[in-house]
Amino acid sequence: MRIYLARRLAQALLVLLGVSFIVFFILYLTGDPALILLPPDASAEDVQKFRETMGFNDPFVVQYGRFLAGALRGDFGQSVRHGEPAFNLVVERMPATFELAGAALLVALGLAIPAGIVSAVRRNTLVDYVSTVVALLGQSMPTFWLGIMLILVFSVQFNLLPSSGRGSLEHLVLPAITLGLFTTARITRLTRSGMLEVLSQDYIRTARAKGVSDPPVVWKHALKNAAIPIVTIVGIELGTLLGGSVITETIFAWPGVGRLSVQAIYNRDYPVVQAAVFLLSSTFVLVNLVVDVVYTYLDPRIRLR
Amino acid sequence: MRGGTTREGKSAETEPARTWSRPPSIQGGLTAPATTIPATTNPARREWILFLRRLARRRTALFGLIVVMLVVVAALGAPLIAAYDPTEQNITDRLKPPGSLDTAGRAHVLGTDHLGRDIMARVLYGARPALMVGFAAVAISGVLGMMVGLFSGYFGGRIDDVFMRLADIQLAFPFILLAIAVIGVLGPSLPVIIVVIGVSSWVVYARVVRGAVLSLREREFVQAAHALGSRDGRILLRHILPNAFTPWLVVATLDMARVIVIESALSFLGLGVQPPTPTWGGMLADGRVYISTAWWLATFPGLAILVTVLGINLFGDGLRDTLDPRLKL
Repeated sequence: MRIYLARRLAQALLVLLGVSFIVFFILYLTGDPALILLPPDASAEDVQKFRETMGFNDPFVVQYGRFLAGALRGDFGQSVRHGEPAFNLVVERMPATFELAGAALLVALGLAIPAGIVSAVRRNTLVDYVSTVVALLGQSMPTFWLGIMLILVFSVQFNLLPSSGRGSLEHLVLPAITLGLFTTARITRLTRSGMLEVLSQDYIRTARAKGVSDPPVVWKHALKNAAIPIVTIVGIELGTLLGGSVITETIFAWPGVGRLSVQAIYNRDYPVVQAAVFLLSSTFVLVNLVVDVVYTYLDPRIRLR
Repeated sequence: MRGGTTREGKSAETEPARTWSRPPSIQGGLTAPATTIPATTNPARREWILFLRRLARRRTALFGLIVVMLVVVAALGAPLIAAYDPTEQNITDRLKPPGSLDTAGRAHVLGTDHLGRDIMARVLYGARPALMVGFAAVAISGVLGMMVGLFSGYFGGRIDDVFMRLADIQLAFPFILLAIAVIGVLGPSLPVIIVVIGVSSWVVYARVVRGAVLSLREREFVQAAHALGSRDGRILLRHILPNAFTPWLVVATLDMARVIVIESALSFLGLGVQPPTPTWGGMLADGRVYISTAWWLATFPGLAILVTVLGINLFGDGLRDTLDPRLKL
């Protein structure tokens, strides 16, 4: 167990190193960062001086080392646009993104697990067909279109819910549904197929044979075993949710990291882009690490791998 | 099959019993009752016919295939089908609702946008960048992933370790964020979009192919080829690749759906193929501004994405269930 944890931790660190490299490389790709960071009317002499002081003339590896050292201290440089440290800008907006992603995950789990179970238990009935078709549609629907359609119906037509901003619970409803839809569809399908597989196992038949009534068989015996793949996918889906927040936040003017990073890209504010990508990716790596550890408690077989 | 009299839920298969199917015919022509096939057809063709028959029996998969074909026809035949040029502006006919007639008596079937451009024409032409990015990106990531999977699975050891760690790193990124950052930096253009999506999507292919190779490597026919003195390259190409192709194809189909959504998401954010080329995502972004006055602007391009992606997903699901029901994707 300890060996497994150590290995898993080392792997997470390696992944973070890779993330930092790619994030650094993003700025390197721009060609000459001096031309971006300086105002366009800077003289050639100023550019040269700036390059020297910022260390843009140093070898690639040296520059990367400096970036990494800065990133570890939370120093990604100043935002070109806002004149504040990029790190602070991103961290300030993190709670909004987590709130949205968390709400979306709640929506997804709250809808998908019951839907998947009912679908599996009442297989080939109307309920199953409806839930399967809805899940299929959900998996095929682009989130940004769903968001716009929800605004059209609930904000424009019926004026029930706000279409932008953050604050009350009402503000959270539409963005959370929009962001959570794809995940809902995926988990529904996964729960259904997992439950179907488990329900055909011998131990379920045994439980039924010895006279256990239907609800406990489904909820106690079957769900526990079907839950394992669901837990794994929750970790992976969180990446989808964090990435998807870029689009959902843009549609609903949600003041989170996703919207910040899109604006930063439009403004060519690369320190902010780097900080945002690095911090969101790190969050994702961290969550997956936690999920994996939780997972080993749920399913001891993993440890033996 | 054991225990034929158990109650509901005796079979774990996700499909009802009438759509009976077995794993791929590629696993050996022995499953084919020879009498049903004309003796003149060669074995490879016979397997294909059997496979197509099985696929055709799944009505949802067939429906998906038809939808996809229609989208391809729409993309290729857009100049013939569309009554208007997709970039032709007409300020007097701005924001006309679906079904309006213009001065010449031609109908704007799906209405016009804020510049008076025909939405029907734009939706038809919009299929082009979507499919182009879809096919090209899937080709890049598919080939990359196939090669990585083959080498990783076949040779194992250090190569395998390096590639699988790389895969972990890749999967640790919220993909869309990375794509946006890189495309934002490099500037959006068709090649950049294709390469960014293509290069960053190889992981699923590599994992699936690697899994298949790991088990194929131990099979008798591969060992026999070894014993006969075949070189690694020949074994990989001639014996392993054809058998690892099935799961690869399923992944490629379902991945195409994902890539098309990403392409439209990028163009929605203004980071896709640039105007004046019509894109579904770009139309949605335009339509979003007029959502309270002209619902048709955002509705139809979104429906186009939905229908296309749904078609591909249905076909992909059917393909998976026909070829390899155990593949968990």
